[in-house]
Amino acid sequence: MAKQHVTAVINGEETEFLCETQQTMLDVLRDVIGLTGSKEGCASGDCGACSVIVDGRLVCSCLMLGVEAEGKAITTIEGVADGETLHPVQQKFLEHAALQCGFCTPGLIVAAKALLDENPNPTETEARYWLAGNLCRCTGYDKVIRAVMDAAAVMRGEAAR
Amino acid sequence: MSSLNYAAPTTVDEAVKLLAGASGLAKVLSGGTDLLVQLRAGRLKPDLIVDTKKIPGIIGIRKGSDGGFVIGAATPGAEVEANAELNAAWPGLVEALDLIGSTQVQGRCSLAGNLCNASPAADSVPALYAAGAIAVVVGSKGRREVPVEQIPTGPGRTSLAKDEFILEFKLPPRGPRSADAYLRFIPRTEMDIAVVGCGINVTLDEKGVCTAARVALGAVSPTVIMVPEAAQILVGHTLDADTLAKLDAAAQAAAKPITDKRGTVEYRKKIAGVLARRVAAIAFDRAQGKTNGKAH
Amino acid sequence: MNYVASDLKVVGTRPIRPDGVDKVTGRAVFAADTRAAGMLWGKIKRSPHAHARILSIDTSKAMALPGVKAVVTAADFPDIPSEEAFVGEGPMNFRDLALNVMARSKALYEGHAVAAVAATTQEIADRALELIDVQYEVLPFVIDVEAAMAPDAPVLHDDLFTAGVTPKPEKPSNIAKVVTFKKGDVEAGFKDAEVVVEGRYTTQPVHQAYIEPHACLASYQPDGQVTIHASSQGHFMVRAYTAKLLGMDMANIRVNPAEIGGGFGGKTLIYLEPVAVALSKKAGRPVKIQMTREEVFRGSGPTSGAWVEVKIGAKKDGTIVAAQQVLKFQAGAFPGSPIGPGCMCGFAMYDLPNVDVVGYDVVSNRPKVAAYRAPGAPITSFAVESAMDELARKLGMDPLALREKNAAKNGTKTHYGPVHQNIGFTAVLDAVKAHPHWKTPVKEGQGRGLAVGFWFNIGGESTATVHVNEDGSVTVATGSPDIGGSRASMGMMVAEVLGIDVARVKATVADTASIGFTHLTGGSRVTFATGMAATQAAEKVVDDLKKRAAATWEIPVEAVEWKDGKAYPAGSNAGAFEPLDLAALALKAARTGGPIVAEVSVNAQGAGAGFGAHICDVTVDKETGHVTIERYTAIQDVGRAIHPSYVEGQIQGGAAQGIGWALNEEYIYNTKGQMENPGFLDYRVPVASDVPMIEAVLVEVPNPRHPFGVRGVGEVPIVPPMAAIANAIKSATGVRMPNLPMSPPKVRAALDAAG
Ligand SMILES: Cc1cc2nc3c(=O)[nH]c(=O)nc-3n(C[C@H](O)[C@H](O)[C@H](O)COP(=O)(O)OP(=O)(O)OC[C@H]3O[C@@H](n4cnc5c(N)ncnc54)[C@H](O)[C@@H]3O)c2cc1C
Ligand code: FES
Ligand code: FES
Repeated sequence: MAKQHVTAVINGEETEFLCETQQTMLDVLRDVIGLTGSKEGCASGDCGACSVIVDGRLVCSCLMLGVEAEGKAITTIEGVADGETLHPVQQKFLEHAALQCGFCTPGLIVAAKALLDENPNPTETEARYWLAGNLCRCTGYDKVIRAVMDAAAVMRGEAAR
Repeated sequence: MSSLNYAAPTTVDEAVKLLAGASGLAKVLSGGTDLLVQLRAGRLKPDLIVDTKKIPGIIGIRKGSDGGFVIGAATPGAEVEANAELNAAWPGLVEALDLIGSTQVQGRCSLAGNLCNASPAADSVPALYAAGAIAVVVGSKGRREVPVEQIPTGPGRTSLAKDEFILEFKLPPRGPRSADAYLRFIPRTEMDIAVVGCGINVTLDEKGVCTAARVALGAVSPTVIMVPEAAQILVGHTLDADTLAKLDAAAQAAAKPITDKRGTVEYRKKIAGVLARRVAAIAFDRAQGKTNGKAH
Repeated sequence: MNYVASDLKVVGTRPIRPDGVDKVTGRAVFAADTRAAGMLWGKIKRSPHAHARILSIDTSKAMALPGVKAVVTAADFPDIPSEEAFVGEGPMNFRDLALNVMARSKALYEGHAVAAVAATTQEIADRALELIDVQYEVLPFVIDVEAAMAPDAPVLHDDLFTAGVTPKPEKPSNIAKVVTFKKGDVEAGFKDAEVVVEGRYTTQPVHQAYIEPHACLASYQPDGQVTIHASSQGHFMVRAYTAKLLGMDMANIRVNPAEIGGGFGGKTLIYLEPVAVALSKKAGRPVKIQMTREEVFRGSGPTSGAWVEVKIGAKKDGTIVAAQQVLKFQAGAFPGSPIGPGCMCGFAMYDLPNVDVVGYDVVSNRPKVAAYRAPGAPITSFAVESAMDELARKLGMDPLALREKNAAKNGTKTHYGPVHQNIGFTAVLDAVKAHPHWKTPVKEGQGRGLAVGFWFNIGGESTATVHVNEDGSVTVATGSPDIGGSRASMGMMVAEVLGIDVARVKATVADTASIGFTHLTGGSRVTFATGMAATQAAEKVVDDLKKRAAATWEIPVEAVEWKDGKAYPAGSNAGAFEPLDLAALALKAARTGGPIVAEVSVNAQGAGAGFGAHICDVTVDKETGHVTIERYTAIQDVGRAIHPSYVEGQIQGGAAQGIGWALNEEYIYNTKGQMENPGFLDYRVPVASDVPMIEAVLVEVPNPRHPFGVRGVGEVPIVPPMAAIANAIKSATGVRMPNLPMSPPKVRAALDAAG
């Protein structure tokens, strides 16, 4: 089968690309479009490093075919900040040192943003279960969870930016 | 260049034609959370992928003419979980589907995929069995309604014909004092495949005596199994210590597991008993309106 | 020069790291994110057999596939002789490394590389792998360490004769080496003992499980020059090993350090780079190779699994009079388990008169082990600290009091030789005693465990350069890949010395052609050794700045003082001059002697040993055997925390890895010697909902051998968790779990056996 032509809105911009059926959205982002912020840690849905938001829903881009993106709106890590202004989750990750190697970080930030979009006031347990599909081997999750809870407080207007 | 074709039909007829006319192996795609892993690992080499998600009604939840819920085959877990009415009526089924994978997997995974992947450890399947769900199957010969327990026939195998797929699931209308529950055991708290899973659906009378029950176990035989012996023990009883002990023994006796990387025969049997007791307790409590909280 | 805590302005604060924004926005470039024009995709064919003789490899069909540009096998690499070198955290034999990178006559484990291809797309490369025809003669294999030591075990290497025993054995075996340490007279000690505990413990191999799979991009130019982008814990290591394995001149290889997505020791050796270079040379195009997760599990190094026997004898008052240990470490397919540190670290926490330790380094048909955080120490300590808990119980003594009674102090001579100096173990135990976690009664239904741990930490060779830029901002370059925020601490130490705002300092990691040799990031050496080089380079810059100010003012350099980022005349006698700040001096640099730059290379000695103590509360579900970690506190002497957040992060991360090791992580093999769980679904590292907050308590007993008092901090935290959790389970249930992992089926079985 010839390559397929797909049009999707990626980080707010209409984007056209060609891909083969078996290429995942992650392959497309990284190898076709050149958005390498989404990482491949497993290619099997287990690590969450490839997390993106598709039409408002958090998914693993490694578990979605590129051709399925047709007509969809996709947010990747590259689209989380608003221009120069970091998203509160990004800012709090920096302040809390919630990253060490930083490889899991794009996926965690996208997943945390999706959490706070849906639930502005999660409990620690809710945050931990929501993020259970994002493996981080470096931090032991402590600072990650603190950063997410703090970002939530900022977004609710209860804590300083 | 690749030989793998892709199609996203917008009607049932079109989808059935594509499946019927495919020259090699054709696979139906819902959320892809099993299919893509198998593709990437090279375990599956299809010639055609038929993405059903553009077929009207295959995603979504509605009420049928009999008042029972109808769940679109490819409705993602996250959407099912967000439905408050369904949660109130079938908390066990919703919970079972919700246990699948991560938040990310929930964004895509479906009941049809879980059932048709035909893993004995599939989480939503014991709950579907216990609920007495009916699969609405479409194909070249038309439409048929099949009890879910007749779909999986062995690990990775189903009774569906090449040109058939599931369009939706029908749940029976819910009477008073009825509730379901599902628990699985995993070594971690998330992101594991069930070592054992158990779904129970009960109806009680006003005194708390069970009048009807369905019990299903996962990961203890080549497919998810119904355990009528265990259901029998519940019917006519409240959940007293004696009933619980008999239920435990019946679940252990019904379990015919294997030893594999996820558990041993001995351990799985014990856990089947433990879970049956715990799940029955939650289902009974719910049916009596005592709790409606999350089981995990 | 040593800096006093009260004077510090930058060290000990928590600024945002220099590479932070790149990492939270997805801009940071890891090895797999690199591309080159005309790039090909490399893939590796791996043995499906645990042990097999390679009879032939036919690559012709693969070569004929359109899109395939090169195929290599061992025949394309020099057959190098056996040569030992001490690198990183353990010995390395280059012939073994070469054979691990590409099997020559035998495949020694499932997943062993046997050939590789480079093709225009990943899909073509995958198909080409299937077309490579390898004929094997399948041989009997052995997986477990004790089975590998049996006299009739299949032998992996017919030229492997046990070292460390006399006379030299006549027959080859799987026992590569025997290590012994003796102090005092252990037999007499046990005769003296009033209470003796004895136990056998086993641990499973565990993978470092960094989330970033190994990856590299290599480009071979026709003139023989090579550029490599690699994710590693040491780009100088990559250069040296690649040069060695390919018989190349180091000057012809330039390695760029990509951002590295975790290593924990597992990226202190190479797998892909020589293969990518060989493919690139043949194809005449750049080649990128990235491992799949499955390849990471099947083909790269875990740490050893082990069998350990411990015996400890004490007086009734708790004084230990004799201690004995036998350790059998599984090394994987080639010698080189961390048996040395295993023999050293178990008893190093205690002041013991009589000690006898014997260790065996044993090969078997599994991936070659690689370093993993405090290599060997967690294994030996799981056994010793479990035994200490049993001893405390038998004595009816508080487990903390038992440790206090026998704690190593300054001047304690270890059983392996060195005398402890400037250690903070007592301070750590004091902090345990004072901590609310320890003082709070154990909750109903829970159990509490305590365990301690030790790592000696290392120093070694490092280079750092400090450049004062034309506008007075500062760039620090080092040769140490940054895995966990070391750029932040380098910048902070330099800012402290220069007396300027840390925001004016940017730290980078320079490639192998741009900075002096630096040993790899491992053994918790970077903040210590590279930090020492950076500090000294900054001090040299200060000396230089003072000279320039003196020249400007035409006063002797002794009359110039450097304070808060400015040169001042030292006292009124020196003259009345307006202070000159860094920016002013930088502006005048051309007129005062040219660029202001200092490079310092050190071979740092005196890495201060680290001690830690972990307290853990658990609940055990007695019906399922599931263990929940309810509360966790990790207390550690860190010398001086440059950036406390990243120090805490090291401790929290190490503890979480230990929790995984304790509870669920293991390799599951089938009857053919193939790994059954090469993915994160069934190789169960902890997920966010598995662990509680991990309280990291920093005890600061400065290391006088470092200007700021730094000790390595990254290794110690993985040492105590396994025993802390086992001891907590014992406290909750009365059952001792001597075998890792303490997974639900094992806990339930142990509870059932106990009745
Ligand atoms: C990280 C991870 C964790 C997971 N954890 C769990 C878990 O905890 N519990 C669990 O049970 N599963 C788990 N799974 C497996 C998987 O997510 C579930 O089985 C899921 O329900 C599959 O649904 P899907 O829509 O993604 O199926 P797909 O992958 O789209 O399809 C699965 C199979 O069903 C067939 N199929 C799909 N739709 C139809 C249809 N309408 N009619 C007929 N056949 C159809 C497909 O052809 C395919 O063979 C996990 C998977 C991953 C990647
Ligand atoms: S790469 Fe997608 S989940 Fe790991
Ligand atoms: S910071 Fe390294 S994996 Fe999360």
